[in-house]
Amino acid sequence: MSDSTPEYPPGPDAPVTAPAIGHDEWVARHVERRLPPRLGVYEQRLRQVPWWLWLMLAVGVACLLPVFTSSGYWRRVGFETVIYALLALGLNVVVGWGGLLDLGYVAFFGVGAYGYALLDSPHYGIHMWALVSIPIMVVVGALVGFLLGLPSRRLSGDYLAIVTLFFLQLFQTLATNGDQFLFGAGNVTGGANGLLNVDPIDFFGHEIAVSTSSGEFAIAYYFIALGIFLLVFVALRFVNESRVGRAWRAQREDPLAAEVMGMPVSWLKLLSFAFGAAVAALSGTVFAALNASVFPLTFYFVTLITVYTMVILGGQGSQFGVVLGAAIIWPLLELLRSPDDARVIFYLLLGLGLLLGLRLSWKLPAVAAALIGLGFAAHAVAGAIRDSWTAGSAGGWASGWVIVPEHLASWIPPVAYIGLIGAALGLTLVRGWARLVLVVPVLYLAAFVWENVMLAKPEPTRYIVIGLVLVSLMIVRPNGLLGERRVEIV
Amino acid sequence: MDKFVALTVDGLTLGSVYALIALGYTLVYGVLKLLNFAHGDVFMVGSYIGFGTLNLLGGATDLAVPLWSALVLITLAAMAGCALLGVVIERFAYRPLRDAPRIAPLISALGVSFFLAYSMQLLFGAQYRDYNLFAVPGNPLFLKGFHIGTVNVSLVRIVIVASAFLLMVVLWYLVNKTRTGKAMRATSFDREAAAMMGIDIDRVIVFTFVLGSALAGAAGVLFAIRVPTQVSLGFIAGLKGFTAAVIGGIGSVPGAMVGGLILGFAESYSAGYIDTIHIGGFRIWPEASGTRWTDLVIFVLLIAFMIFRPQGLLGRPDIKKV
Repeated sequence: MSDSTPEYPPGPDAPVTAPAIGHDEWVARHVERRLPPRLGVYEQRLRQVPWWLWLMLAVGVACLLPVFTSSGYWRRVGFETVIYALLALGLNVVVGWGGLLDLGYVAFFGVGAYGYALLDSPHYGIHMWALVSIPIMVVVGALVGFLLGLPSRRLSGDYLAIVTLFFLQLFQTLATNGDQFLFGAGNVTGGANGLLNVDPIDFFGHEIAVSTSSGEFAIAYYFIALGIFLLVFVALRFVNESRVGRAWRAQREDPLAAEVMGMPVSWLKLLSFAFGAAVAALSGTVFAALNASVFPLTFYFVTLITVYTMVILGGQGSQFGVVLGAAIIWPLLELLRSPDDARVIFYLLLGLGLLLGLRLSWKLPAVAAALIGLGFAAHAVAGAIRDSWTAGSAGGWASGWVIVPEHLASWIPPVAYIGLIGAALGLTLVRGWARLVLVVPVLYLAAFVWENVMLAKPEPTRYIVIGLVLVSLMIVRPNGLLGERRVEIV
Repeated sequence: MDKFVALTVDGLTLGSVYALIALGYTLVYGVLKLLNFAHGDVFMVGSYIGFGTLNLLGGATDLAVPLWSALVLITLAAMAGCALLGVVIERFAYRPLRDAPRIAPLISALGVSFFLAYSMQLLFGAQYRDYNLFAVPGNPLFLKGFHIGTVNVSLVRIVIVASAFLLMVVLWYLVNKTRTGKAMRATSFDREAAAMMGIDIDRVIVFTFVLGSALAGAAGVLFAIRVPTQVSLGFIAGLKGFTAAVIGGIGSVPGAMVGGLILGFAESYSAGYIDTIHIGGFRIWPEASGTRWTDLVIFVLLIAFMIFRPQGLLGRPDIKKV
């Protein structure tokens, strides 16, 4: 899956080509100078598969979703995952390729959704064809992005972040208070109650219902979203391989050098801003049509951070990466809503973390055995001291192992949670034997906190997980799963 | 006229809290060139620490110590707790990224902010927390005070403004008159050169975070003794704080104070006057809609500064050397 640098450097047998204008040997060959990848030969072979084969494979697998699940809920989660993948693709243009920290990104998602809702709802009595209103909103989204970029175009990353973040706050203010608008315009956005009864997408006037006769999610929307996704993916791919795409990467690495080379840096930044905004607005229209309603709080900080986590986890700059990020994060967040699924995920991640941390050495079974032993011992001792200490109804199939008291004193959750954070942070400071020994009680404490404190409150738990993923990724693997390392030009 | 005086007093109260938050942003930015997005959440945590300490002391209705010492104690507790939090955040979330591309610590800071806000929600719930200082016997904080014309300036506002300015004076002294302050200024001027002159950069950065976070903790308490606090408050307060820092000139200590006050005044005046603006006999904003649109006014202010004076009021322009 070669990304961003599509042309893989030629092997030793490749015919020597004459140097071309605009082709920097040093940069083009940076892939070769990198350390050999972990999985070596296999990774190299996988990277040589052309991108459109990967894309066909991914979309093909995605098309099988209705075969795997007949549940309306999970089909809807599939639809939302595709929407988030679209959002991540758009954000990737701005953050991954343009190198700009755009914290107002989901405002454009909101612009698309609200615009569609105004053009296709009883609110003003306008019912445009979706094939007209969607392109209009894409253009409007791009224009708004362009306008927002104008005052910020000469600014470095930090200032841009502030202006865009405030723009998100402003969008929120406008949407929430838009039921009493400026200049006596009256009720424009419906305020906190949002806009309701938004039309479904139609095809030249033939409406596609958003739910089946039994009220389940209509799978057609999943395929509509998938089709749009395919279109956007390919279009952005071509843009990235064009002159503009190369210029984006050049100004991302060194704006000054790019400017000296005669690239219109400000224009390029605005362009990447507008591209991202257009994609976000496009996803907003489909999102509004499916939900048949729009509410201000959908387009706020939480959504923003979720999309950022997808892009960072997958790898900024890699299209397949950010899609993979969306495909991991959104279903994961949905699974965390149910305590039973969340429990399974926790123990799976615990095992995976141990495997990645310790690799396949003798340490792995030793730590695992110690952890299991400690659990049973602690549970038995606690149960012997007082029955109620282990009599909690939570715990599920892990109830014989992890301590779940029947009644939790109010001081326990904060102390246990803060203690866990302190212990986990302290663990990163010790090395060698001490860490190996200390990791066992820390993991047990983590299981205790997860079962007793976090499972009962899925909403904050989901976002705590996101925050943790974001911070630890930036420190451990800033290039994400599939992202390429930045070319270090000294 | 009375309305104007009342709004000025309100703007001063708001502005001095914003200034304290902005100082934290500006200090960290000056030394690390990092926008510490988690700063607003440190402020929020500070207001919660104050709330917890107040309850340990018996709560507003049943204080174990005199009111004044209770106020000092909760402020000190919040400052100490936040200073510790700031050091932990710096050590584990920012220090590993000190030499990474500029965008990396920013994203890490977003993660920290998210983590802090939702951890607080997990542990203490999302409901509003009120210090309930109305309930102090005799209610001196809200009933005493002095009058300007018919406008009553309550004691709690005087406490807020006076403590904020006292803290700013202490900060000014620390930055300008002590050895550590000199090291801070040197580091902010040129980190590499400062390191070569024998300044322990790590210590300076930790000290900066201690200062900034302690100020945020104090701001949290000063904010929450007047109005209830809530976990999502950190986001808004942070946003206002760094807008103030940018308007005043990020990296400049007096700039942050001025920026905070400007923001406070902009907020209170726009809340009070915005619905009275007429153009040609036509009312632009609907009646009684002032507080709804203060964010719009601040955004316009921010954009105006970005266009006409990007270095802020008191900042130095960023000269790029090739």
